[in-house]
Amino acid sequence: MFAFLSSQPVQTALIVGSCAALISALIGVFTVLRGNAFAGHALADVSSAGGAASFLWGISPLLGFLGMAWIAAFGMEFLGVRKARERDLATGIVLGAGLGLSALFLYLDVTTTSTTGAAVSVMFGSLFAISQGLIWPAILAVLAVFLLVGLFYRPLILTAVDPDLATLRGVSPRWMGLLQLLVLGLAVAVCALAIGAVLATALLIGPAGAAIRLSRRPAQAIFWAMLVALTAVWLGIWMAYESYYWFSGNAWPVSFFVVALIFLFYLLAMFGSSWHQKYQRRSIASLRRLQEP
Amino acid sequence: MTNQSPILAVADLSVDLGGRSILRDVSFDLYPGQLCALIGENGAGKTTLLRTLLGLITQRAGTVRIGAAPAREHRELVGYVPQKINFDPDLPLRTRDLVRLGLDGQRLGLPFFDGRTRYAVDQALQAVGAEDFADQRVGELSGGQQQRAVIAHALVRKPRLLILDEPLANLDFGSANALVDLLGRLIVQQQMTVLVTAHDMNPLIPVMDRLVYLVDGRAATGTVAEVVQAEVLSKLYGYPVSVLHHGGRILVLPDAPENADVANMNRCAGHGA
Repeated sequence: MFAFLSSQPVQTALIVGSCAALISALIGVFTVLRGNAFAGHALADVSSAGGAASFLWGISPLLGFLGMAWIAAFGMEFLGVRKARERDLATGIVLGAGLGLSALFLYLDVTTTSTTGAAVSVMFGSLFAISQGLIWPAILAVLAVFLLVGLFYRPLILTAVDPDLATLRGVSPRWMGLLQLLVLGLAVAVCALAIGAVLATALLIGPAGAAIRLSRRPAQAIFWAMLVALTAVWLGIWMAYESYYWFSGNAWPVSFFVVALIFLFYLLAMFGSSWHQKYQRRSIASLRRLQEP
Repeated sequence: MTNQSPILAVADLSVDLGGRSILRDVSFDLYPGQLCALIGENGAGKTTLLRTLLGLITQRAGTVRIGAAPAREHRELVGYVPQKINFDPDLPLRTRDLVRLGLDGQRLGLPFFDGRTRYAVDQALQAVGAEDFADQRVGELSGGQQQRAVIAHALVRKPRLLILDEPLANLDFGSANALVDLLGRLIVQQQMTVLVTAHDMNPLIPVMDRLVYLVDGRAATGTVAEVVQAEVLSKLYGYPVSVLHHGGRILVLPDAPENADVANMNRCAGHGA
């Protein structure tokens, strides 16, 4: 355990991974509340183009992921997203265009730079290979998201419940939608950095999806989502580290363990909540039986 | 009562949507403590009229005044209950959380515990009889219970005018009667003025003071006795209609065309012979 914690890459992985877990749990709950999971997934996938471009131009991958996610967010908002069907359509079109760019940049990465493995690290992440210089930007991103969501907490929830009710309280659903996409972009960038652009969705949607089944209040859902996400990330990092010894020197990637754990937690929450409901129904039924003469 | 100033004054209101004329020259006044029913078939323009009153749609011509000022400036005076909100069963939001959002949903910062807020929320829950499911998730409630929750959300700020869009649709007879009772109680106990839309006026007859009868974007307004007459409604529909009264219920039916009547009689006579 001591060797595990004293390793430099493990420390960086733990810090950046925790940032990704916290940010995605918070934004994930709002994304799931608003029925925006597909948009979240699309932003994450499209951000891979930015990640790939960052290798090409030698800029910070966090900036690459973030820039592309924001461009995509504006694109989706601009293409008109009033009805649910139009929203899916606009999201799909932006997703296609973004992945096309990603294909181009990854090809150029391989042919014009000496980077090998850029594709794997952009798409599927390599948490143990993150440079220490990215720790502070990741922490700053978390602080920015917590500040923004804390400030607009109630208007965001009200808009997620019903846009008309929000308008009547003087909250603009349009601005709230844009704000949500912007913080979603930040969350996606940190997640993509940690476990890869394609797998970022898992961290964004999985813990939130598990949490809302266990909660009756938004704050409670955010708490459970953070707990699930942090546990999955920490346990995943530890298992990946240990897997070096399990598979005689062939360690498995962190991203695999993190995503597998999130899936496991989601299943547990699903069965847990349906078992709880059945139990509740039974206890109500038996109460009724007791009351009857 | 009528020498008070109206809480809602609609004058010569015309609304176009997407190039189509939806409402034409609609006028009516609503005084404090009244219940006004907005009656019309699907597509008659009821929801458009409500959304214009709320300032969610801008009119082509005419004025809407709420408490003597233009509607947009007086949203604080109005509580709105939309027709149907689809609450996901998984939505982590209790009834009391939804009600609280009606009070401070526009505020910045985190919603910390606050005794006065808690008291206002409890009052609103009590007014609609929602104490029993206050701590349940909104998505798990029945349709009637969800409606009460949304009414409490609208009531919590103590508006003077409560607007409900088709509150009786999707309700069984028992829940519909309970809701009509509730609206009557709110008018008496909370000095509320209520505007409610419906495609059937009958459940509302015991409590309504006035009605606005909408046909294809044009309106006849007054008391039930004034408006629901064959003469008035025939003019509104543009073809002859009859008004049938039966056991306190009212039925509006189009007259059978006279020629068709004669043809029918001839056919019957032919069969008889």
